Amino acid sequence: MTREPRGWMVFTSIVALFLTVLPLPSWLDMVRPAFVVLTVLYFSVTWPRAGGIGLGFFCGVALDALEGPVIGEHALVLSALAFIGVWEHQRIRSKPAFQQSLIVFFALALYEFLLFVVDVWTGHPNTDVRRWLHIFTGAMIWPIAIALLERGHSPR
Amino acid sequence: MAFGVANQSLPGRGPTPGLRFVAYAVLSITLMFLDRREGWMEQVRFGLQTAMYPLQMAVSSPGAAWGWVRESARTRETLRSENTELRTRLRDLELRTMRYEAVSQENAQLRGLRTALPPVAEKWLVAEIVHVEIDSLRPSRVLINRGTSNGVFKGQAVMDDDGILGQTKHVGPWSAEVILITDPAHEIPVQIERTGVRTIALGNEDSLGLPFLPANADIKAGDVLLTSGMGGVFPQGYPVAKVASINREAVKAVERVRAEPLAQINRSREVMLVWFREAHPAAPVRNAESDLPKGDPNAQAQPTPPKPKPAAGEATPGTGTTATPGAAAGTQRAGTATPPATRPSAGPRNTIPTPAPASGNNAAPLPPRASGAPPPGSAASPPPRSNATPAPGPAAAPRTGTGTAAPATPSQPTTPPAGNRE
Repeated sequence: MTREPRGWMVFTSIVALFLTVLPLPSWLDMVRPAFVVLTVLYFSVTWPRAGGIGLGFFCGVALDALEGPVIGEHALVLSALAFIGVWEHQRIRSKPAFQQSLIVFFALALYEFLLFVVDVWTGHPNTDVRRWLHIFTGAMIWPIAIALLERGHSPR
Repeated sequence: MAFGVANQSLPGRGPTPGLRFVAYAVLSITLMFLDRREGWMEQVRFGLQTAMYPLQMAVSSPGAAWGWVRESARTRETLRSENTELRTRLRDLELRTMRYEAVSQENAQLRGLRTALPPVAEKWLVAEIVHVEIDSLRPSRVLINRGTSNGVFKGQAVMDDDGILGQTKHVGPWSAEVILITDPAHEIPVQIERTGVRTIALGNEDSLGLPFLPANADIKAGDVLLTSGMGGVFPQGYPVAKVASINREAVKAVERVRAEPLAQINRSREVMLVWFREAHPAAPVRNAESDLPKGDPNAQAQPTPPKPKPAAGEATPGTGTTATPGAAAGTQRAGTATPPATRPSAGPRNTIPTPAPASGNNAAPLPPRASGAPPPGSAASPPPRSNATPAPGPAAAPRTGTGTAAPATPSQPTTPPAGNRE
């Protein structure tokens, strides 16, 4: 069994955060995929023992510091997603790419829904429909994302 | 594209994923609870903002570099024409402020003061907007490159050449997040310049709304909204927005009046952080009631005064629920009573020429508040703040006595900024 690529995990997470705050024109910004969620999902599914839940938590805290109205919101939702990824990693990994994209689609929808629930609880829900747009692009770039993320570590 | 086949069982190393998840979830929920209690998490936020600053800098640096290249590649001709333009503007402003000394002297005499008051803006600091995506669905928040190391504090007024832009929300050591006046979560106490009616302007996408004005209020397109000085963040008399259109049939109250901000919200690259003289009559008024810490048993036991004085209705929107009926009542009274004598604080506006609000001279003070001119005896020093603040009731004296109305640290408000509902 190969070692977990910790350095690669940290590096790609920082790159994902970087891409999240990169200023883009507003039409492109609306469909910007949730890079951090994709990264966390990838690592919790591929390396279920590498601490994906912790990665989700810390990436979530970073997201909260960057754009969250409440600290802990993204941290909670991302660790929940990572937990699902770790829990179901065998089932997700055995699927072909298209079905994986479908699973990612539902995972992103769950992510956005949980964020919305927390938003309602903390008292400033954003009911804009456009907040759901990135789910589609996220599911679409999933095959590209795993191809890129796989390059950084030895095949397993 | 599928993952490699690996069949491993999870248990055997460290806590199970379920346990880990529960631990992290509890931690996150604790963080959220603490963060909801305003102020408890300031240290953590400060640390996080420090940690995120390199990332934000890295993201914005290509844009900044491009801006620098463009700036340095400008031709001589462009610079010359810009220079001429600036010279013309300077002459304009100088002409406008020429009589300023005389006018402020005259104002001081009318108020019974021996010397003229200094400008309300004590100093200011120019900050640059860092081009970082804070929240794609809330474009009304921006990051600036000044923080506590420059003396910036939470709830500080941010403006540009043309008017109020917003206030600082989270302050890190070298950066600060600014919430703009157009944010739906931002409320700014304003005054309609033409009538003197005070109300609260709420952010609404890219404009502002006046949801607490009664339907028959005297307002028309072109009216300028000035800060009213309530709320403890913005001083009195700075231009905020201009009424663009009125739709009295709108379903949502916030859409009845549409006011466009005078500050160049989307075009500004440089903004100004302003410090105000605390003792100045036009300085931001911190209402005694809103300054009380939450959960103070004495505060909650007090009955609301039955008949507040004219300006007492404009309680700061610190708590949202208590502020809105008060503000609506206050403006209703002012709106129905049209004779100028009963208008709140219409006094000096009629006698002393105001600098044109759109002229952009932020450093120039506007005439101080009308109510409560002090007796000639206290002439040398500016009048205490309590003169300008209408006492909300019998409980006002002990409250101000405990220092809630006049904080011990003058330029660093410890209470959350009033215009901020989050």
